[in-house]
Amino acid sequence: MISVRQLKKKLGAQEVLRGVDLEIATGETCAIMGRSGCGKSVLLKHFVGLFKPTSGTVWVDGEDITPLPERKLGAIRKKVGMLFQSGALFDSMNVEENIAFPLREAGLRNPKEIRDRVAEALEMVDLAGEQKKMPENLSGGMRKRVGLARTIVGRPACILYDEPTTGLDPIASDSINHLIRRLQKRLSVTSVVVTHDMKTAFHTADRIAFLHEGRIYFHGLPADLRASQDEAIVNFIEGRSGESS
Amino acid sequence: MVTTIGRIALSLLQYLGELATLVSETCVSLVVAPIRWRLVLRQIVEVGWRSQMVVVVTGGFTGAVLAAQAYFQFSRLGMKSAVGSMVAVSMFRELAPVLTGLMVSGRVGAAIAAEIGTMKVTEQIDALRSLGVHPTDYLVVPRVLALLFSMPLLVAECCAVSVLAGYVLGVHVLDISAAYYVRNMLLYAGPRDLKMALTKGLVFGIVIVFIACHQGLKTSNGAVGVGRAPTEAVVNGSLAVLILNFFLTFALNMVFPAGV
Repeated sequence: MISVRQLKKKLGAQEVLRGVDLEIATGETCAIMGRSGCGKSVLLKHFVGLFKPTSGTVWVDGEDITPLPERKLGAIRKKVGMLFQSGALFDSMNVEENIAFPLREAGLRNPKEIRDRVAEALEMVDLAGEQKKMPENLSGGMRKRVGLARTIVGRPACILYDEPTTGLDPIASDSINHLIRRLQKRLSVTSVVVTHDMKTAFHTADRIAFLHEGRIYFHGLPADLRASQDEAIVNFIEGRSGESS
Repeated sequence: MVTTIGRIALSLLQYLGELATLVSETCVSLVVAPIRWRLVLRQIVEVGWRSQMVVVVTGGFTGAVLAAQAYFQFSRLGMKSAVGSMVAVSMFRELAPVLTGLMVSGRVGAAIAAEIGTMKVTEQIDALRSLGVHPTDYLVVPRVLALLFSMPLLVAECCAVSVLAGYVLGVHVLDISAAYYVRNMLLYAGPRDLKMALTKGLVFGIVIVFIACHQGLKTSNGAVGVGRAPTEAVVNGSLAVLILNFFLTFALNMVFPAGV
């Protein structure tokens, strides 16, 4: 579904990605892990064309999206939905209008069909009946769920999750983890989850990619990551900074 | 010194280049993307309808003050009846478009930059893009069309209110003859002056909206950036109105010459 080849990205003077190679197969859930600021979200945003690489290519569903101008990325973005870290809800719209937005933009005009699709998406994220609430009246977890409902309402083939559990309490995080798994089964979508939360990665992922120093340092099964004796991986899993107090 | 001047010139050129890119993107958008008329109407209400109070107050008081000052000077020369023409010509050709431009830059430019800037730093613009919607189509085009429509009307309203305020003060307070006041006003002020006012208003509207949208779209650095965007939009917009007005006055005077 997604293939990244020798992807390099410079932001200002800093080279964030230094030659990333990654293959994500159709239907699988891949977690991309790594320390804060290592470039996980930057890598994820390349998958939907929100960033242009300095060099290298990104292939989505067999098409190289790197040379495509902004206006030609629409078709790819219908296939690949993205859940942003903060939910990124449009704060001038209520929950229903937020979720209906991609449907209306796709040309759907039948109010009953839009209402039904919104209700179905909200039911999938366990927020049935919350249509009229404004984003400012939602908790962090609810905002992410509404953001997820807006992502899935267009029925994408792939969903990108940017730090889906960051800033949530452990119970809300667990609930989001179950939701990701459930959606993956119900919709049969390819999922890419960017996280530094070990629980999220091990709960949701079929395979885990570990991003370290701008490259994919490890890519394999969660069990293999756990069993790894590599110092960088062990330090990350066990949360050791290497500093002494 | 030379380095500093060079750096300022380069940053000015870069700024103008970014503005030109936004203008060209908007032109492309107007041709290739559907216009969201519902958003245009909402923006007309926001930037046009809701700006009326500030424009009416500004125009009214400026017209009245101008009439008073003209009266104080002209009455010593026995030219009281020229107050009407003086107020009308000054307001139409210069003050109404400039003051409306400054007021709209302050009220609308700041609001546009703050709203788009907040959307930028909270990833709402990235969300738009990820949903296959070009930010220029959704955010810039409706605002540009709304200001293109609203600005000339606001300038016309400012002209009308200022002339009316000047008339009320001149005729009913300062006791100038109504017949001479109106006659001289109609003699010296004509459609050419109104055309100049509307043309300037249109140009100022375009400049203000692009400066504000550009400032919003390039916002970064979280709350600090969102705080800075409206300030820079207002300052840059106001400066652009004042500087452009100087050149427009000379250019438009060739098209719509002043006088009888």
